[in-house]
Amino acid sequence: MSNIGSYTDRLKNFDWSFAEKELGYRSGDPINIGWYCSDRICQMGLAEKKALIWEDFHGASKTYTFDDLRILSNTIAAYLLELGLKPGDRICLFLDRVPELYIGFLGILKMGGIAQPLFSAFGEDSLLTRLDNAKTAAIFTQRKHVAKVRKILAQLPEMRHIIVIDPDGPPLREREVGFRLDQAKRVEHFTVHPTTAETPSVLHYTSGTTGQPKGAQHVHYSLISQYLTAKWVLDLQPDDLYWCNADPGWVTGTSYGIIGPWSNGITQVVLDSGFNTERWYTLIQKHRVTVWYSAPTAIRLLMREGTVVARRFDLSSLRHLCSVGEPLNAEAVLWSKEAYGLQFHDSYWQTETGSIVITNVPEMPIKPGSMGKPFPGITAAIVDPKTFEPIDQPARVGLIALRPGWPAMFRTYWNNRATYESKFKNGWYISGDRASIDADGYFWFVGRDDDVINTGGHLVGPFEIESALLEHPAVAESAAVGKPDHVNMEVVKAFVALKPGFEPDGDLELEIMNFIRKKLSPLAMPQEIEFVKSLPKTRSGKIMRRVLRAQEWGEPIGDISTLEND
Amino acid sequence: MDDIKTTVLDYIRKEYLEEDDDRELTETTPLITGGIVDSFSMVSLKRFLERKYAIQIPDADASPEAFDTARSIEALVNRFKK
Repeated sequence: MSNIGSYTDRLKNFDWSFAEKELGYRSGDPINIGWYCSDRICQMGLAEKKALIWEDFHGASKTYTFDDLRILSNTIAAYLLELGLKPGDRICLFLDRVPELYIGFLGILKMGGIAQPLFSAFGEDSLLTRLDNAKTAAIFTQRKHVAKVRKILAQLPEMRHIIVIDPDGPPLREREVGFRLDQAKRVEHFTVHPTTAETPSVLHYTSGTTGQPKGAQHVHYSLISQYLTAKWVLDLQPDDLYWCNADPGWVTGTSYGIIGPWSNGITQVVLDSGFNTERWYTLIQKHRVTVWYSAPTAIRLLMREGTVVARRFDLSSLRHLCSVGEPLNAEAVLWSKEAYGLQFHDSYWQTETGSIVITNVPEMPIKPGSMGKPFPGITAAIVDPKTFEPIDQPARVGLIALRPGWPAMFRTYWNNRATYESKFKNGWYISGDRASIDADGYFWFVGRDDDVINTGGHLVGPFEIESALLEHPAVAESAAVGKPDHVNMEVVKAFVALKPGFEPDGDLELEIMNFIRKKLSPLAMPQEIEFVKSLPKTRSGKIMRRVLRAQEWGEPIGDISTLEND
Repeated sequence: MDDIKTTVLDYIRKEYLEEDDDRELTETTPLITGGIVDSFSMVSLKRFLERKYAIQIPDADASPEAFDTARSIEALVNRFKK
């Protein structure tokens, strides 16, 4: 029997207070995610239960109980206060998937700080944009990433502490301090900051079509949705061994790689390793993973290796599979049944939504290729892109819209209230994703409604790429669009017009690719560059990305009456 | 160490590691699983190999496993070198 039981029964009289009661939370009480994920679980008698089994690519391993989580997150929280950091300060985690990332996240929340996890593969420009916007006061990082912080430090006057978790080696520099969690004095008792429901907790940056990335700001009350969706969608049960292969630099890695499982008192395994089919299957086999939350890109990479490789491993411990990131194609759902004897349950949500909002739950028949139905407590509709009125006709495409009010919904974009408010129309939060609903109420994803590129489940903003391209000495103007890719759904393609004196060739293409990879991230690196004489523009000089995108996708170009050179 | 492996490791050091990153790289250092090169960055490494050795590596052969060490990359390059 799954945790959710009957989906239809759960829809009846659903109220989020159900989760509040389970968590022992009463409106107006203090609520602190760090405490709920560690101290509360210990108080429930699970102090000695394993919370984290961590492995790296060499096979090195560490195990932490919930009591370790409690004490070590206390240790980090106390250390941050000793440094002079204060509740409300933004504290960045710029780390690989090491234990300090997971435990540090809880520690920051316990002292009342706002955790700002950033993907450790970000280049210095991506890092600068996000740290500058948040006016971040401190950053946890590793030796191998500290050089990127040093390069931009002069532009970050608010950054007071760079906390290096592996400080052995050459002397640290200005504003840098070493902190070894395994050598720090363990803090048994710590007074958790009395955060309340609306106290800011986490800042995750996400990309849009225009402007630089925006920080979606969440609050401690998000716990209510994250706890319940982890319980009902991921179906986490006391004896489960859970694996979420998302990096906490992205929202899935915090909502369901930290908060969801640990607030439910679940043991999870973390693999700090790049993708490798055999390594992944070895992990499942070795630890007897039961519930696996993955992503379509990873599933398609596993599909490439075929069922033969999967059958070389004992994966019989798996009992429930879920996926998120971009639409999970029907072929992948059917393949997973063949390879693992189980179908992946697709789920849909965004950085802004903070928790799963549309999903396939265990007891619901899966329609391969559909993202499922709204989670109880979520009112979702497809609305007309002009009137923002719900569309009643099945299969008609419109925008996914959500009625505001679920606990994990973002509360603002950091320092950018106007953009936040622009996301609401006619009483709906407008997701920016296009979809349709069938006659049975299942949602079917179609694509983005804007120029944002969804690559490997991560959103990349074209403006950020184009701005970085212009910093290359050879680039006169550029446009970045998504082009279809059978593994990543989309990858970045750049159209580049060169300055006089530069000639297009393969060496220059590779140089520009690496330039963007180092400045922004591997995700933002164009996988292809097409050199052009000029770019299609409106008469007012705005680059018409949609013309280029349509060309890549083989779609109709649409209205080009405003095209400058038509 | 012969030319291909040396060339690959020199390129990795120059393009993928920060200037003061003094990690030792050998022909068996895990590049993909070790997080030095990820599946997106693999595309630029593949492009480099194709230009350097005047070869075409089909996408189906450009797997994370084939790119995981300088040794496996050498084997891949040799398969497509005329």
